[in-house]
Amino acid sequence: MSGFGRYVMFIGSLFVRRETFATYYKLVLEECIQIGVNSAFLFILVSSFIGAVTTVQTAFNMVSPLIPRFVISQVVREMTVLELAPTVMALIYAGKIGSSMAGGIGTMRITEQIDALEVMGINSSSYLVLPKIIASMMMYPMLVIISGVCSLIGGYLVGTLIHIVTPTEYVAGLRFAFNQQEIFVAIVKALVFAFIISSVSSFKGYYTKGGALEVGIATTEAVTTSVIAILIADYFIVDLIL
Amino acid sequence: MIKVKDISKKFGDKIVLDGIDAEFEQGKTNLIIGSSGTGKSVLLKCIVGLINPDEGRVFYDLRNFTEADKEMRSEIRREIGMLFQGGALFDSKNVEQNVMFPLDVLTKMPLSEKQDRANLCLKRVGLENSNKKAVSEISGGMKKRVGIARAIVNNPNYLFCDEPNSGLDPQTSILIDELIHEITHELNITTIVVTHDMNSVIGIGENVIFLHKGHKLWEGNNADITHSGVAELDDFVFANKVMSQMRDR
Repeated sequence: MSGFGRYVMFIGSLFVRRETFATYYKLVLEECIQIGVNSAFLFILVSSFIGAVTTVQTAFNMVSPLIPRFVISQVVREMTVLELAPTVMALIYAGKIGSSMAGGIGTMRITEQIDALEVMGINSSSYLVLPKIIASMMMYPMLVIISGVCSLIGGYLVGTLIHIVTPTEYVAGLRFAFNQQEIFVAIVKALVFAFIISSVSSFKGYYTKGGALEVGIATTEAVTTSVIAILIADYFIVDLIL
Repeated sequence: MIKVKDISKKFGDKIVLDGIDAEFEQGKTNLIIGSSGTGKSVLLKCIVGLINPDEGRVFYDLRNFTEADKEMRSEIRREIGMLFQGGALFDSKNVEQNVMFPLDVLTKMPLSEKQDRANLCLKRVGLENSNKKAVSEISGGMKKRVGIARAIVNNPNYLFCDEPNSGLDPQTSILIDELIHEITHELNITTIVVTHDMNSVIGIGENVIFLHKGHKLWEGNNADITHSGVAELDDFVFANKVMSQMRDR
């Protein structure tokens, strides 16, 4: 519990003694490139393959001739929008971006760069962490949308190329009984997960003590804690909204 | 001037600083010396507020820093320049960006003015052609010099140096010492240097404080240090072979 209290105080410290808007604007843009643009390829690759595999596996399990083939793409859509794009990608995001945040801030801590900021009269937590959280909450929903689209395209390409479904059946399945609220749920999940990953990882990195070994430990803890928090938050979001 | 009154600090059961009183004068190079683990760096961190002392107060020209609110602390800190043991340069920025950093964040100077100021400081520390070099490309001595340039770029009133000679060869150590000493006199600032290097003590120690096991045992200058009459200080000073030979002569 003391760890959670410390985390809450850390989040509170981000909003006091802030620097100028121009400073944050520049930092947020830099973080957006680091977080969003540099992660886009991995997200496209992973989500396309998962979409393709989901299509093949769903088709493999649908042995009854009474079930129409368009159900395959409907299943892919439900999987993608509700779980794959926001949640599974969040686990990958925690591994890639969360570990990088914790490692970067942890290294700054042990090499006294954070002390240097404090001595200059800069609120180091706000200067280093707030732009990461803002950039993360801006970029991760976009990455989720890209992932969702790529997953559906991946499923379409594989499904039609190996003749599991026809293009018409696939598109019909995507449209069938579509509930728009699912998109809203996906975006809410993306925002919450982006906040959890960036804040938890930064928190773990910020309070690193010791040397290189401890930076490694902080990085591992950042990913583990983020993943657990994502899974718990995922359950509560679905329970509350759907 | 910086005044330290009755500073004490414990980590767990270990007393690191015990009732330290000291005055660090403006326009002088003030040295805090002592063996490893005597609390020199902890005292320095208490003075700049990176560690909160358990007891005691720190005054920056009569402004109570220890009991100041966050805004006031921030204001005082903007008058501070600090050279860290490892340089503490930002890896993601090049030499010029590192030096310009305090100006970027703390001032509204136009870019050309910031660049001029950074160039001036880099020239002052003898690094006029290294603006675009990455931090990973430069040597330990250069990192210290960039650290000094960054510390003085915002015209500080107080300069702190934590082990400025650690990891440097003797010649570069002397250069860094001289640079710190000259800058202190040029800018008429209050400089505090933490060191255990006797060359620095003899070379630039205008006001020297000797710490031993968390206590201040002696205060004086470089001329008096060899005949202080304090056994612990003699052990520290004459542990150096050259100093020991000087005494035997």
